[in-house]
This record gives sequence, C-alpha cells and structure tokens, in this order.
Amino acid sequence: MAIQSEFSTPQSMKRRWRNFKESFIHLLLLVCAGSSVLVTFGVIYTLVSEAMPFFLEVPIKNFLFDTEWTPLFENPQYGIMNLISGTLLTTVIALIIAIPLGTVAAVFLSEYCSNQVREFFKPLLELLAAVPTVVYGYFALLFVTPILQKIIPSLESFNALSAGIVMGIMIIPYVSSLSEDSMRAVPLYLREGSLAMGASKLQTSFKVIVPAAFSGIASAYVLGISRALGETMVVAIAAGLQARLSLNPLQSTQTLTAYIVQVSMGDLPQGSIGYRTIYVSGLVLLLFTLSFNLIGQSIRARMEKKYK
Amino acid sequence: MSTEPIRHRNFKAQAERLKRQDAFFWFIGLLTLGFALITLLSLIVDMAMTGWPRITQTFFLSFPSRLPERAGIFSAWVGSLCVVLVTSLVAIPLGIASGIYLEEYAKKNIWTKVIELNILNLAGIPSITYGLMALGFFVYKMHLGQSILTAGMTLGLLVLPIIIVTTREAIRTIPSHIREASYSLGATKWQTIRNHILPYSSGGIMTGVVIALSRAIGETAPLITVGALTFIAFLPSSVMDPYTVLPIQMFNWVSRPQEEFHVNAAAAGLVLLTMTLFLNGTAIYIRYLFRKKYKW
Repeated sequence: MAIQSEFSTPQSMKRRWRNFKESFIHLLLLVCAGSSVLVTFGVIYTLVSEAMPFFLEVPIKNFLFDTEWTPLFENPQYGIMNLISGTLLTTVIALIIAIPLGTVAAVFLSEYCSNQVREFFKPLLELLAAVPTVVYGYFALLFVTPILQKIIPSLESFNALSAGIVMGIMIIPYVSSLSEDSMRAVPLYLREGSLAMGASKLQTSFKVIVPAAFSGIASAYVLGISRALGETMVVAIAAGLQARLSLNPLQSTQTLTAYIVQVSMGDLPQGSIGYRTIYVSGLVLLLFTLSFNLIGQSIRARMEKKYK
Repeated sequence: MSTEPIRHRNFKAQAERLKRQDAFFWFIGLLTLGFALITLLSLIVDMAMTGWPRITQTFFLSFPSRLPERAGIFSAWVGSLCVVLVTSLVAIPLGIASGIYLEEYAKKNIWTKVIELNILNLAGIPSITYGLMALGFFVYKMHLGQSILTAGMTLGLLVLPIIIVTTREAIRTIPSHIREASYSLGATKWQTIRNHILPYSSGGIMTGVVIALSRAIGETAPLITVGALTFIAFLPSSVMDPYTVLPIQMFNWVSRPQEEFHVNAAAAGLVLLTMTLFLNGTAIYIRYLFRKKYKW
C-alpha cells in the first residue's frame, strides 16, 4: 500500500494536474509563436487601411504619372515616381558597393584564408552591421560628403552618392555572411575534384563553389537589396529632402523612407492627406521589400531542392 | 620530337599564371576587408576626435538646450533605458517562447510552415513600417499616445524575429540524446525543456537577446513616426510619459545647420556607439564562454 501511494497511478490527481500543466504550457507557447503572425497581419492591415482613403481622393493616374511629389503644398501633386526614383537611385549605388565587396569578402573568408584569420575578421566585419544607422548618417553627411566634394566639386552637400556609398558599406556584412555560410556548406569533394583537375583556387572558387552556392548567394543579395530599399536614417540625414524625378547621384534626392521621416517630424493630424501619404509611401515600400523577400525565399527553396 | 618540350613549357607558364592570379586575389580579398575595417575605424576615430571634448559629466546630466554648449543627453539616455526596458519585457518572453514552440512542439505541417515563413518576412520588412503600424495601431487605435510604452512595444515587435531565430538556433544544437535521456527517466516535455534544453541553450539565447537589445538601442526610424520628441527637458515619471532617446537626440543635432550642434551629435554618437559595440562584444564573449562550457 505504501508503495502504491508513492508512485502515482494514471488516475491520480497529481498526474492529472501534471497533464493539465503540460497542455497549458503547450497552448501558451503556441499562442506566443502565433502572435508573430498577428504582427505581420497588423502591419499589412494598418498600412492598407490607412492608405486606402488616399486613393479615393487621388486618381491612380496622377499617383503614377504626376511629375512632382508635393502633397503638402498649395497645389498638391502626387507623383510617387519621384520618391521611387530616389529610392532606386540610392539602392543601386549601395548595391554597386555592397555586392562586389561582399562577394569578394565572402569568397576570401570561405575559400582563401585560414581559420584564425577568419575568426579575426568575421566578428569585425559583422560590427559594421551593428553600428546604429543614425551614426552612419552622421558619417555620410559630415565625413564622406566633404571628402567626395574635394574630388567632385559639383557635389551638393546633400546628395544621393555619399548616402548610397555609406549604405553600401553598411550592408556588406548582410551580403557577405550569408554568402559565406552557403559557400562553406558546399561539400569538400567538389573543391577537391576541381583542384585535382589542376584548377587554381581562383578557378575553383568562381567556377565551382560560387555556382554551387548560388542559391545562398542570391538570397544574400536579395536580403541586401531589401535592406537598402528600407534603410531610413542614412538617406534622411545625408541625401536631403528634395523629391525629384532624376537619377543624378550628385544632387539631393528623397526616398520613400526619408519622406516618411520628414513628414513625421512635423505635427500630423490623423486622417489628413499628409497623414495618408506617409502610409501610401510605406505601403509602396512594403510591396517592394516583400516581393524581394519572396523572390529570395523561392530562389533558395528551388535550389535547395535541386542540390539535395 | 619538338612539340614535347614546348607543351611542357606552356604548361609551366600556365601554372605560373594561375599562381599569380591566386596571389592577386589574396591581395584583393585583403584589400576588401581592409577597406571595410578602415571605414569602421575612420568612423569611430572621426566621431571620437570631434565629440570627445564634449564628453563630460555635465553632458550626461544636462537636458537639451537651445545653446549647444549647455545641451546634454540626460533625458535621452534615461529615455533610452526606459524604452529598452519595456522592449525587453515584450520581446524576451515572447521571443523565447516562440523559439521553444517552433523547435520542441511544432509538428511539420502547414501552420508551422506559415509561422516560419512569416518570421522570415518579419525580419525582412523595413523598420520604418513597424513605426507606421505602431502609429496607426498603438497611438491612434489603442490610445496609448506618444509614450514610452508605445515606443518600447514597437521596438519589441521589431527585434522579436532576432530573438526567435537565435533561440531556435541555440536549441537546435542540443543533441537529441539529451532529450531521450530525460524522457527515459520519466520527465515530461516541459520538465525536459526547463531542466535541460533551456539551461544548455541559454548561452545562445542570451547572445541573441543582447544583440536584439543593442539593435533596439540604436534604432531611430520607427520612433520618429510614433512621435519621439526631441526637446524633453524633464525625466519621465511613468511609461505613459513623452520621451526622447539617444539616437533621436543625435538625429536632431545632426539635422541642425550650426556646427556646434554637430559636435554634440558626435558626442552623442560616441556614447551610442560605445554602448552598441560594448553590447556586441558582450554577445561575442557569451558565445565564446558557452561554446567552451558545453561540448557535445
């Protein structure tokens, strides 16, 4: 009898309580994990619902084809292309810096250097992504622009070029670390086979390893692109506030994100047309980045299937 | 007869060329990394040279002011601290719980796939869209106002994916025989998690938490849309008070035309940079410590 009371039987209160506790915890954790879906839903719902009234007031034709973006002026114009061109301009400049440098860094870290050298460089490189973006903005405006102005005298003091360059340096680690991971995941026998055929390290890296790791590298690029599209503080500080339909990197320009910052700095009553426009730019931005993310994920998924 | 030595020579020449190319790429690689590190270094040095003279006790203990030499970051760093506190209360429990669920409980089905895809996407959307969401939802729908609470929750949701992903990675490194041993002794799932999985993965989880908080401290854009003010000459007394934070204060000073304010911006930037680099260093150290402690 004493033994029986010490070991609980399935019917005992203690076990029932334990089972209840287990399933309660299970449910609690499920709710927490599911809450992240609510966040996405909340972001999309808020952006769409706050932006929609804008399209009731402004015809789509004006939105797409107006030549200026001046929603807060006397005779407002709503040509979103002005902001999109600024966003694309700074993004392209950033990618011209980040993609070559990030790829070379990844190949070097994965294929060329010893373990010790990698252990030294990798955390340092990742610090580049840890620096707050407002600090990069300061750097672009007050360090990079004056230097560039000595080389290109016609450079305006707010310009797309230095904002883009600094943004590019900032996203090097995003490009390099994901690329490096996928290059290191390429099986050793591919390297050995290539080297045994007499190929050099350089040939092996770019003709065997990079193609084999292409899915990871491509998704690293896509991540870099969506970072650059959504980057806010660097462009808000260093690229200026002048929305214009131009791809001249020497002039000031305004991106979708910088416009949101500019308008949010002032006082905006809820429901006013100015308030709507920041949601419209946010929605355009979200569409851009979400589609890039989905492209990146599908590239990765397709390649993973292929290389299994 | 005569072709043999020539082909041999060609081969040798080609091998030499390939070797030279290899050496050249070595050089290019070092140059690339050098460029990145020199940029980081010049950023730090430039900021330190400009801002260092302003780093005094009064700078930390004065409120913002119209006079640049009297302005300080008292309300800014106190605000940053309060906001990050709220952020950690939101993000740490939610993030770790989600990570545990996805690694230990979730079955491989469509719902799990949806949650995973969703977290990937959350990590990819721009921070400013979180700010817009918070403005529409927290500020106007839930009437939380432009308060520390709003700011903390916004940043909490923003860094949530970082904590979830690192928690999952930390849990995944634990071999399954640890779980099996625990189950075979009669432990329940939760007991196994609490007594084994969590302690062994705590290094990785802590690393993720520290990195997430460092990101939250430096984040500026979403707080601009939810109305962080730039001129706060008092300390907050509750979570519903208006606030400012360090990066916003710095942004405000950078945006002014006067050079004296740029010096203040550099000093604030230096404080911010020191904080984030210190936190990231801590994260690397924690990872190193736990990698030594647990070897499977």
